[in-house]
Amino acid sequence: MDQRVASLHESLTGRSQLRVPGWLPGGLSLLVISLILFASLSALFFNAQLASLTTTLFDPYLLRVLRFTLWQASLSTLLSVLLAIPVARALARRTTFRGRSVLLLLLGLPVATPVIVVIFGIVEIYGNNGTLNHLIRLFGFSFQVNLYGLTGILIAHLFFNMPLAVRMLLPAWNQIPDESWRLASQLGMKSGSLFKLIEWPVLRRVLPGSAGIIFLLCFASFAIVLVLGGGPRATTIEVAIYQALRFDFEPSKAALLALIQLVICTLTVALLHHWLRALPLSSGLATTSQNRPDLNQPGSRLIDFGIILVATTFVALPLLALLRAGLTGPVLSVISDQSLWSAALNSLMIAIAAAGIAFSLGMALLTTSRYLRFHRKQPNRSELLELSGSLTLVVPPMVIATGLFSLLLPFGFVFDWGLVLVAMINGLMVLPYVIRLVGPALLANGEHYHHLCSELGIRGWHQFKLIDWPIIRHPAAFSMGLCATLSFGDLGVVALFGTHDAMTLPLLLYHRIGAYQFEAASVTALILALLCLVVFRVIDLLIGGRRALH
Amino acid sequence: MNPPQFKSKRTVFITSLLWLLTLLTPPLTVADAKPTLTIYTYESFVSKWGPGPLVEKAFEAECSCDLRFIGLEDGAALLSRLKLEGERTSADIVLGLDTSLTKEALETGLFAPHKMNIPELGLSLPWDDAYFLPYDYGHFAIIYDTQRLNNPPHSMKALIENDEGGKLIIQDPRTSTPGLGLLLWVKSVFGTTAPQAWEKLAPRILTVTKGWSEAYGLFLKGEAPMVLSYTTSPAYHMIAEESDRYQAADFAEGHYAQIEVAGKIVNRPQSKLADDFLAFMVSPRFQDLIPTTNWMFPAGRTEKPLPEAFNKLVRPVRTLHFTPNEVTTHRKEWINEWLHSMSR
Repeated sequence: MDQRVASLHESLTGRSQLRVPGWLPGGLSLLVISLILFASLSALFFNAQLASLTTTLFDPYLLRVLRFTLWQASLSTLLSVLLAIPVARALARRTTFRGRSVLLLLLGLPVATPVIVVIFGIVEIYGNNGTLNHLIRLFGFSFQVNLYGLTGILIAHLFFNMPLAVRMLLPAWNQIPDESWRLASQLGMKSGSLFKLIEWPVLRRVLPGSAGIIFLLCFASFAIVLVLGGGPRATTIEVAIYQALRFDFEPSKAALLALIQLVICTLTVALLHHWLRALPLSSGLATTSQNRPDLNQPGSRLIDFGIILVATTFVALPLLALLRAGLTGPVLSVISDQSLWSAALNSLMIAIAAAGIAFSLGMALLTTSRYLRFHRKQPNRSELLELSGSLTLVVPPMVIATGLFSLLLPFGFVFDWGLVLVAMINGLMVLPYVIRLVGPALLANGEHYHHLCSELGIRGWHQFKLIDWPIIRHPAAFSMGLCATLSFGDLGVVALFGTHDAMTLPLLLYHRIGAYQFEAASVTALILALLCLVVFRVIDLLIGGRRALH
Repeated sequence: MNPPQFKSKRTVFITSLLWLLTLLTPPLTVADAKPTLTIYTYESFVSKWGPGPLVEKAFEAECSCDLRFIGLEDGAALLSRLKLEGERTSADIVLGLDTSLTKEALETGLFAPHKMNIPELGLSLPWDDAYFLPYDYGHFAIIYDTQRLNNPPHSMKALIENDEGGKLIIQDPRTSTPGLGLLLWVKSVFGTTAPQAWEKLAPRILTVTKGWSEAYGLFLKGEAPMVLSYTTSPAYHMIAEESDRYQAADFAEGHYAQIEVAGKIVNRPQSKLADDFLAFMVSPRFQDLIPTTNWMFPAGRTEKPLPEAFNKLVRPVRTLHFTPNEVTTHRKEWINEWLHSMSR
């Protein structure tokens, strides 16, 4: 890399270049994000009278809801991340086994699957009438697994977020320099000390971001908490927001609740970052080759594959239930239905647009964040900027959508622009994934090369093209694939804006269910999941190239 | 690495970006000679399997107009959309509110009187609303799985007092219409002792879902032998699946009714067309479509006889119903009562 860069020096510096100040891209991106968030929130605030707001704040029921929301989100996050670390480590150690790439592909699926489908899948396995309880009865035990309650919430959140955490943590191992492993070998380090001295410092870099995202996701979880929590005792703030916007129609209350949610989440995530402050990486050339000394330690192979097997089983079971339900349904009549494919095409367009929006906003934020960190030596501001990109996850799409809707109403083009708005809101919702997945690689790259780049005068587009892209290409491909599949499977705000011709695949799925066609709906769900995989793989191949899956 | 290649890649990038933008740009609305009638309704009405497409075809055949349905999540979403839009609304007609929402809908001042002679509606309730016309109705019911429940409850009281009676899945009254329906049903049976009734029932409620879809799905997966739905739900299983397995429990105290209505928005250019539609809505051409597309009872006169399965359904001995006024006045209070009893 260094040689290539040096050889290009001459041809590049001779060129006149457009000089974009380093703060500009991130500044613009931040402006767009905060404009949308604050415009929609304030549109709601001033839509109605503010009379009942003080009572809202001190409502004892709300405080109880808040406590429960925090409790379940923290517990879900802790479990997801703690369980993901050994799984990611096992996958990082075993890089060549057969089926590894398929496995990694599958790990991206849960988070993209529509919530209602996941609920049905989990119930088929762990429910009262589920496989697990059937097995228990078959073996003659008298006890029963009771899904409904905190157990159900945790299982569902683990199913969504543990695989996501694995995929977010895994790239950290690629940042460990080969020298570290060689040195460790010479010193004869055992597995435990390898983890403590080499892997943990790298992990600490990505842990706060990953845990933060998962916390936000669990905090804003709605249908799952309600259904699997077993009743109104298990309620999140998101339910209260929904209620305020729907039956009670108190937009100002909804905006206030959203603001409370925003503040709490910002504080929590900021604390998390503070607590797990990123450590400086040992310098060296990042390579993926692994000379780690514990690969052939006795039993380590067994342990790794044991862990991988358990994790795979946990993720695969509800997906297999989905597969079975889909295959036993009226497959032919569903796939020969033309509306399925036109809905899929609409979903695909939304997905691609949302991924594009998220990637552009995310790259702009990250570029400036890096500029602040290395050129201006302002790591705090840099972190703050990245944080701002994660917060879109916690302002409920319904709040943004309703706010934007009332803002755009005077202009009267809401119906025709429905799909564009949907893509834009989806783009904001998936932006945090871009930041989390591409961010660490880009920062590490900046750390390695920013002196070199400034000496050689490589900047702007050329820096992106020559220095950054080769390194971030794979995480970028992965994040865009993830963004696209998330938007593809998201019912999101389409239903909010009202549909005329704007049918999407998840909406079609809901229509089937609404018409009692649960069997046809499970076929639709299966097709949706398969298409998610295809979209993911294609984007990964197109952007990341052949060796996309690491 | 030669410069021209650079350039071309960038061009490709920019071109594809532009291409994407073009794809996203909404098609310019072509000026049409035909007038457009815009109707806000709920999703399942406009879905491919709902009455929407057939209604559109039938009405367009006689009105020389363009009927445009806008589908929103449910009745409550319709009302909040109207409140959000106020006088800027593009709706000519709102179809799909129920009587627990009509009082609030009227308070928006957006509705015009329908000025229709109300034909003989198939409702057991007197109807004298000057603003909202009913197009179908149904009764809430506990649907049970005959393969898992041999002794279904025969009254609300029996349902609540039988500790061994099996589990029940319900919807949340804060987020769903049937959920609110059950709340009103229990209230109309038990009055001031409703909180105690809920406390007694609470341990047997398997879970409370966000909407009908989750609840009914869990029920079909066998998670509980009972679910809150409509007396007409068994008709779907009988007609589309030829199965008698799922039946409604007939309650001695009577069943709470859901009456779905439509109303006309005031001061809209297509006022005459809107009147025509309302007349069409209570005529047999519309009403005949309702049973097997919306799975409810038609509120107006039909020409075709009801499908055979509808005659096998539970016909409640009494229809329970609060006036829209009562619901609007007490809804919040009753929901808080419910929350309190259910969270103990």
